[in-house]
Amino acid sequence: MRLAAVDAAAQALGLAPGLALADARARLPDLVVVDHDPEADLRLLERIADICDRYTPMVALDPPDGLVLDISGCAHLFGGEAGLIADWEALAAHLGLRVRPAPAATPEAAQALARFQTVPAPDEQAALRRLPVAALRLSGETVLALRRAGLKTIGDLAARASAPLSARFGEKTTATLARLLGMRDSRIVPRRPLPALIVERRFAEPIARVEQVLTCLDDMSAEAGRALEAREAGGRRFAARLFRSDGAWRDLRVETGLPTRDPTVLARLFRERIEALADPLDPGFGFDLIRFAVPVIEPLAPSQLRLEGGALAEGELAALLDRLGTRLGRGRFRRFRPRDTHVPEQAALALPAVIAAAPVAWPRPKAGEPPLRPLHLFDPPQSIEVMAEVPDGPPHRFRWRRAMHEVTRYEGPERLAAEWWRRDDGTPGLTRDYYRVEDVRGRRFWIFRHGLYGSEAEHPGWYMHGLFA
Amino acid sequence: MRESLQTLSALRRTIARIESQRPAEAPRLVALGHARIDAALGGGLMAGRLHEIFAGEAADASSAAGFALMLATRLMQGKGAILWLRAEEGEARGGRLHMPGLAELGFDPGALILGVLPDTLALLRAAAEAVRCREIGVVVLEIGRKPRALDLTASRRLAVAAEKSGVTALLLRTEAEPAPSAAQTRWAIAAAPSVPLEANAPGLTMLEAALLRQRAGIGGLRWRVEWDRDRLCFREPVLSGLVVPLPAGRPAAAGAGQPLRRTG
Repeated sequence: MRLAAVDAAAQALGLAPGLALADARARLPDLVVVDHDPEADLRLLERIADICDRYTPMVALDPPDGLVLDISGCAHLFGGEAGLIADWEALAAHLGLRVRPAPAATPEAAQALARFQTVPAPDEQAALRRLPVAALRLSGETVLALRRAGLKTIGDLAARASAPLSARFGEKTTATLARLLGMRDSRIVPRRPLPALIVERRFAEPIARVEQVLTCLDDMSAEAGRALEAREAGGRRFAARLFRSDGAWRDLRVETGLPTRDPTVLARLFRERIEALADPLDPGFGFDLIRFAVPVIEPLAPSQLRLEGGALAEGELAALLDRLGTRLGRGRFRRFRPRDTHVPEQAALALPAVIAAAPVAWPRPKAGEPPLRPLHLFDPPQSIEVMAEVPDGPPHRFRWRRAMHEVTRYEGPERLAAEWWRRDDGTPGLTRDYYRVEDVRGRRFWIFRHGLYGSEAEHPGWYMHGLFA
Repeated sequence: MRESLQTLSALRRTIARIESQRPAEAPRLVALGHARIDAALGGGLMAGRLHEIFAGEAADASSAAGFALMLATRLMQGKGAILWLRAEEGEARGGRLHMPGLAELGFDPGALILGVLPDTLALLRAAAEAVRCREIGVVVLEIGRKPRALDLTASRRLAVAAEKSGVTALLLRTEAEPAPSAAQTRWAIAAAPSVPLEANAPGLTMLEAALLRQRAGIGGLRWRVEWDRDRLCFREPVLSGLVVPLPAGRPAAAGAGQPLRRTG
């Protein structure tokens, strides 16, 4: 077992990553050792990346211990690069993190400077040239080969022609070098796709009241609405992220069935969302940044009021479902689509009404037949006691929910085989024999025998599966 | 004195203005297809009102739900959407609504939006909003037992909203006893033996429908009705020998000229 990482105190005592644990223990008998957990490290990095979202939406992970932020066009909001770095260092110190920020022209240069810079330099290019070749983050063999060839720093490499370098050390070496020195274009891949539209509000003095947050959201949705109108588009999803001054944040999301850009609708949805939060919004020391994003936009033609005045009734239902879904949960309101299966429990696919806006036609039953499927279905079916002839006679009487039902009329069996081609365990599954039965009082039930006598089951069970109107 | 006269006339003008805003046209009546029921209802079921449907016993819940669905089918006539609101508890106890079963009753499940809500209070709140939405044809509220939230005020609120928007609200009550409410009509539904098909198979849906009460009309009537899925209407059972209209709660001799009404 070897050390994967050491803290500053251990480093001062001469321990380094890669040292065998036995050796380290021999040197420091009371060494505190914690198991290496790369996944937890990655989670922490993700969390820090979320906190860094306050500076720019373009944040990329550089595992195991780095983050790359594209701050083009964002730094002036914090008083330039230096101001941004100072802000981040203060926040990181508050969170108990030790950070090494480094601004640079390319992502690779920033990564290299953050990890390998030891002495200050007059400018970025000079600083880069002083870095060791390990800063290229190439494989260990290549770095060793470069060292053996006497090429110790980036400056040594940059001074040479690239063709012989790539011939001897590989194409990758020169490509990485070119990106590091800004001679080739290089971009970061942000963790999340950029939303189509972002509106931000920063506050010099953090706001600590929910009403102020709401007013601000109204204002921002109006601004987003104007921007969307200019693009002749509307949003289907809206997300507001409230950044607290102590680094915590809170997300609010709303979704609409039809594209919209109406600020009053959005304001109402956000109000519903905040009211419906399971744990209420806690401003703590206040929010210092609110970002309002529209991740998905769809075309939406400019709307026109009716000539004779009055509101448009069109879209009223969609708006109602948006409101109810925002307040109570989008999965609570469902529309149904038919599915091509004969297993009764799976005959309908329930979709949230927000996403399944357009109704789908259902197959029509055959004329002249009585209803063959029940109105209410029990899932899972309920076990019942049945008196029936063995092996496959119809039920005569059955006991369901502690009441005896005398069957006067029946029809069946309707035999439904299990979908053996979809089963994972390789067994064909049990056949169900369904009966429509009616009892003395006229109540109609759908019951089935699970399995065939002899061939599939020794004592097939009977189940109540549904109730007819 | 003079001032109070002015106030009085101003008030009268205000009241006249409010009254003139009331819709002048008569409410839409939807015939159910069953001649005697339509006659008893004065032409048909009134759209844009609150109607209550009770399941006589817990086991009749499916019949009552089916009746609500049939009324909705008649009321909507292929237009608009139906919002069916249930509580989670009812969904667990009474079974899920099975869409192919809805289609078997002649209803298009594509027009249905099902809302499964955590409790009755949330359900009533959602319904109060939904009843105001003119794009919805029918709102069905399925409420089991006797929750405290469902009182006269709640039903009055629904009735007023329904009248204003023209959306019909059907209040489906399972395992409940009728109580005072603002509903236009109140029904009690129970299953009835069907007319058998060949080989003694259960036939078309047969219901025992009792009109317990209707506003400004006779109540306490009882019919046996069959639902004709192909023509989407109620009808008298084909085998007339089986059907005896039962005068409920009054002697058979009492004519229609002397209507008995249940109050409350």
